[in-house]
Order: sequence, then structure tokens, then C-alpha cells
Amino acid sequence: MNRIAALLRFIWDFVVGDDWRIAAGVVVALGATALVADTHPGAWWILPLTVAALLALSVFTAARGR
Amino acid sequence: MTGTEFGLALSVFLACAVEAVEALTIVLAVGFTRGWRSTFIGVGAATALLVATTAALGPALTALPLSVLRVLVGGLLLIFGLQWLRKAILRAAGLKALHDEVAAYESERAAAREAGTTASRFDAYSFTIAFKGVFLEGLEVVFIVLTFGANQHHIALAAAAAAAAVLVVIAAGLIVHAPLARVPENAMKFGVGVMLTSFGMFWGAEGAGARWPGGDGALLAIIPLTLGFALALVAAVRRRTAVDRGQATAPDEDRSTEAVRA
Repeated sequence: MNRIAALLRFIWDFVVGDDWRIAAGVVVALGATALVADTHPGAWWILPLTVAALLALSVFTAARGR
Repeated sequence: MTGTEFGLALSVFLACAVEAVEALTIVLAVGFTRGWRSTFIGVGAATALLVATTAALGPALTALPLSVLRVLVGGLLLIFGLQWLRKAILRAAGLKALHDEVAAYESERAAAREAGTTASRFDAYSFTIAFKGVFLEGLEVVFIVLTFGANQHHIALAAAAAAAAVLVVIAAGLIVHAPLARVPENAMKFGVGVMLTSFGMFWGAEGAGARWPGGDGALLAIIPLTLGFALALVAAVRRRTAVDRGQATAPDEDRSTEAVRA
């Protein structure tokens, strides 16, 4: 059981990393792009805007904590 | 070679070189301290496992429909790229310590000395540390090789770029016989973060059904804009930190001024 927990922990750390909000935000942004692109193929702007917001949020949150 | 293929090869080369430098530090520390036989066996076993992982997962990924592959790859590249970029920005802004290969080397050597000796020809400590060092650093490279390579149907090109980076780092290590302390690791990590994030945005949006203005040419705008935004964040964090530190020291200055007046 401990080994499974350790493996899951390793996978979480490997994929998600230090800030889970980045992974969650990317998943939501991809879903939103797919939804909007269904009717408007020009939905490319959703990802860059989300990425900029996520990166700024994550960096400034980390900076405040140091 | 097209521009996208060049971007693919460059990203994989840089990512692999950074990880290879870190793995080399561990291998050199263990090898010089405890001997090379078991260390090399550990390196060989980890390399074989990494190659087998790439060979097994590569065809499975390329068998996916292109739109599914692009969403999956785009999402993973974005998550990875943003994590690389976040750390590189914090390091460039002075809020996170730069990776010090000399300190890491000395720390590994001290741990290797304290681990005790073995009577057997096979040194389990050297094997385990070398295996873990190479495998864990290499796993991220395998992931980048697979995602970039599968999406462009150029796993061979991505693997060749990774192999070239490893050879360059090994050659440099053989020449200097020491950890590669002068490699501008954070600048390389910054570059990798920008490339992974840019390609992640591009492929992720395309896989989700959106169309970029200018098609593939949009990457020529996405990459410099991502770089510019990341550099602007470094400057903003530095400014913010300087202001915060100024405010934190201001009361002390007032007190010292009052003390001088008294």
C-alpha cells in the first residue's frame, strides 16, 4: 500500500508539480476552448489569455510567500 | 528541416542538456567517491529502461487520432512548460536559489562517503544512486521526446536531438573531469519553458478545434510573445520584491534616524 501511495505521489509530483492550479487551469482552458471552438473556430485566444493569467498568478503567489 | 522541426529539435536538445548536466553531477560524485563499476551498471540500467520506455510508448502515442493527441500533448506540454517557466522566473528574479552544481556535487560526495563500504564487487549504493539520478532526470526528457516527437511524427528526430545533447554533456564532462558548473542552466531552463509553453498553447488550441490566424506561422508570434511576457514577469517580480523589502526596512531606518537624533 505504501509503495502504491509513493508511486501515486511521484506521478502527482511529476505531472502536476509545485502548483496544482496551473494543471487545473490548463485543463479548464482546454475544455473551454473545445466548447467555444465548436461554434467559433477562432477560439485560439482563450489559451494564451489563461496561460498569461495562470503564470502571473502562480509567480506572484510564490513571490509573496518568500 | 522546417521551422517547427527545428523548434522541436532545439527544445529537446536544451531540455535534455539541462537534465544531463544534473545527472552527470550525481554520476561523477558517486563514481569518483566509490568507484565506477557499479556506477556504470546503474547508468546503463537506467538508460536501457529510458530507451525501452520511449520505444514502448512512442508507437502507442502516434496511434492516437491527431486531434486527441494534440489536446493531450498540448495540455501536458503546457503544464510542464509553465512549471519550468515559473521556476526559471523565480530564479531569475532572485527568489529561488540557482541550481549550484558544485554544491550538489559536494553534497552527493559527502553522502557517498557516509554510506559505508561494501566487501562485494557490486556496490548497491553506487548502483542505486546512479540509477535513480539518471532515470529520474531522464524521465522528463523521455516525456518531452515523446510528446514533441509523437505530435510531429518525428520521434526519431526528437530522440536524435536528445542523444546529441547527452553526448555533448558527456564529452564536456570527460574534458573537465568535474561537474559542469559554468553551464547557464537557468537561461536554458527559461528557454525550454518558453518553448514548451508556446508549443503547448499552439497544439492544445488546435487539438481542441480552434484555428490560429496564420496557421503554423502563428508560432513565430507565440514564441517571442511568451518570452517577452516571461521577461516582463521577471522585471515585475524584481520591482515588487524591491518595494516590499524597502517597506520592510523603512521602520528600521526611521528607528535608526530617531536613535541618531536622540
